[in-house]
Amino acid sequence: MGATLEIRNLHVSINDTPILKGVNLTINQGETHALMGPNGSGKSTLAYALMGHPAYTVDSGEVIFDGVDMLELEADERSRLGLFLAFQYPVAVPGVTVANFLRSAINARRKSENPEDPGITIPDFRRLLKNKMDLLGIDHKFAGRYLNEGFSGGEKKRNEVLQLATLEPKIGILDETDSGLDIDALRIVADGVNKLKGPQLGILVITHYKRMLEYLQPSFVHMIMDGQIVESGGPELADEIEEYGYKPFFAKHGVEATED
Amino acid sequence: MTTVRRRRTREFVEPPITWESIIERAQANQEPDWLIELRQAAWAQYQAMPMPTLKDESWRRTDYSHINWDSAGIITIDENPDIASIPAANRAPLIGDEQGALLAWVNGTVAGQELNPRLAEQGIIFTDLHTACHEYPDLVRDNLFQKAMTPNEGKFAALNAAGWTHGLFVYIPKNTRVELPLHSIFYQHSGATLGHVLVVVDRGAEVTVLQEYLSPEGEEHTGYIGGTELIVGNGANLRYVSLQAWGHNMYEFSHGRGHVMRDGQLDWVVGSMGSKLTKSFMQIALDGEGAWGRMSGMFFADGNQLLDHDTFQVHNQPNTTSDLLFKSALKDEAHSVWRGMIRVMPGAIKTDGFQANNNMLISSTARADSIPGLEIEADDVRCTHAATIGKMEEEYIFYLMTRGVPRIEAERLFTNGYFWDVLERIPFEDVQNRLLADVDRKILGHHNQ
Repeated sequence: MGATLEIRNLHVSINDTPILKGVNLTINQGETHALMGPNGSGKSTLAYALMGHPAYTVDSGEVIFDGVDMLELEADERSRLGLFLAFQYPVAVPGVTVANFLRSAINARRKSENPEDPGITIPDFRRLLKNKMDLLGIDHKFAGRYLNEGFSGGEKKRNEVLQLATLEPKIGILDETDSGLDIDALRIVADGVNKLKGPQLGILVITHYKRMLEYLQPSFVHMIMDGQIVESGGPELADEIEEYGYKPFFAKHGVEATED
Repeated sequence: MTTVRRRRTREFVEPPITWESIIERAQANQEPDWLIELRQAAWAQYQAMPMPTLKDESWRRTDYSHINWDSAGIITIDENPDIASIPAANRAPLIGDEQGALLAWVNGTVAGQELNPRLAEQGIIFTDLHTACHEYPDLVRDNLFQKAMTPNEGKFAALNAAGWTHGLFVYIPKNTRVELPLHSIFYQHSGATLGHVLVVVDRGAEVTVLQEYLSPEGEEHTGYIGGTELIVGNGANLRYVSLQAWGHNMYEFSHGRGHVMRDGQLDWVVGSMGSKLTKSFMQIALDGEGAWGRMSGMFFADGNQLLDHDTFQVHNQPNTTSDLLFKSALKDEAHSVWRGMIRVMPGAIKTDGFQANNNMLISSTARADSIPGLEIEADDVRCTHAATIGKMEEEYIFYLMTRGVPRIEAERLFTNGYFWDVLERIPFEDVQNRLLADVDRKILGHHNQ
């Protein structure tokens, strides 16, 4: 049986301002879910809180992943259990190459399972990374570049997908991976994610717009407003949002309209 | 509520080094008269200058009053130096298995000397300064304290000129391209020594030199008063890497100067990891048209270290280029100071000077002072500087951690990356790895104090 990410009645605040006000959501390995919502509804907060960003305070609720209480764990431990976050705005880290970083990440996983593990050999790692880059259609030169330094918007997002592919998590959260991309760049990134889809990967796609979803075809669509999931359904929910925007939903759920 | 700041009266006393002891050692070494006269003139200058205090602009942030000269000022020369006291990793060949040249001193005495026959055939001179004064008196006399460093630069420069205890002498003949690197180590286990490096690269010649400074950890204060002269002839090229890994009980006071002639190139890299306190003056003087000079530095201070560097990029001639990149990381209660000056002298038109200083504070109690400066007395020049002091940002560490890398490893990766643009200017992979290992040890907190 695959892993499950269960979010139960999650309340999260930033600097004492409540942002998430009781989120419930369950994602199984192998499923693709979409989380849509207007700006300021708490989409990215959910992503960061799930990953354990220290600036986000969990006030109450539970996050259970593969039977483990995630809220007690640091970000690196969550990652090693099989949770992944593709950042909306990944930071640039000068002097650290993509390859060096990914090798450190793989070795950290191996070492946590067995402290005696000498780490992946350089030839094995090169082969692994090359295969992943080929799968995603990424130039091999990419491996020698400094992490996100001087990357275009599209390259940053492809780098996130490369990391997703290499680390092989059980659940991957894509935080507005479509933002800032033109239609061609979006297609390349979405194609990459599609190649990784399968029974071993559960995906939560966080997005403001439907266009990413046309490629990724989620089976489950959720809508978040004012820190709560207010609607859950199938792909038809995304169509409805696309057609009417968030406006009708504000009224329906008694939420004060923000910009949509 | 008002707080009253009490200022303690600080005493900055001279080390207990006497002219009698200097002349006694000079006579025992049968130094030539011209050298003794040089020492004597420098001693007079030394005596004429007061010890620097916090009132001197370039010493304002350099409180060394806690030094115990009773150990750090006692010149200590080994009679029977043991090369094995120097860690084997530092003595290993720099590239592959072939040793280019290695000279190692233990407390002022040569403990080991190797010179690859291939280099000897090229006519290069790589020897200790005392030997050079006897065997190549004209070469040394023309250069020692003449063209680059001079005793009047400061109290400790004068003391080095008067009392130097040991030194490296390198001479690369005209148009000679030295394929293998030259490697010199000053190792010091106790007391004080005064080392001097004199590198002369004649016109059109090319060489890489690695100079290392090492001492073990210890309780008693130790002292090093150093001088470095890098003389780069017309069209010559010197890559000079100077690495300091003193124990945390060392006080270093040093002066270094590069003198670069027409179309010459000096690529000078310094790395400082050790010492309790380092005060280092470094200058590149671009003294010929078309000369190029670059200073790069990496510094990682932890515990209660003070690493303090004063740099000068002096453009004396037109069409000269200087570049500086100094990067520091600071942990615990450590403190770094960088004061950098680009000086463009009248007539030095079409010069290009740049300086950048970055400081990364890893703990809230660490401190960095960054003081860039420009003095421009010529027209049609381009001089710019950039200085930053920042924390190790949580956003970066979090990003790295979300890929499964533990916090300490994320900090290590980030810091290695931070230093990489300086490290990649050191042309030896093993030396890069050694420095990265030093960085890792400091990040992990495994230093001795």
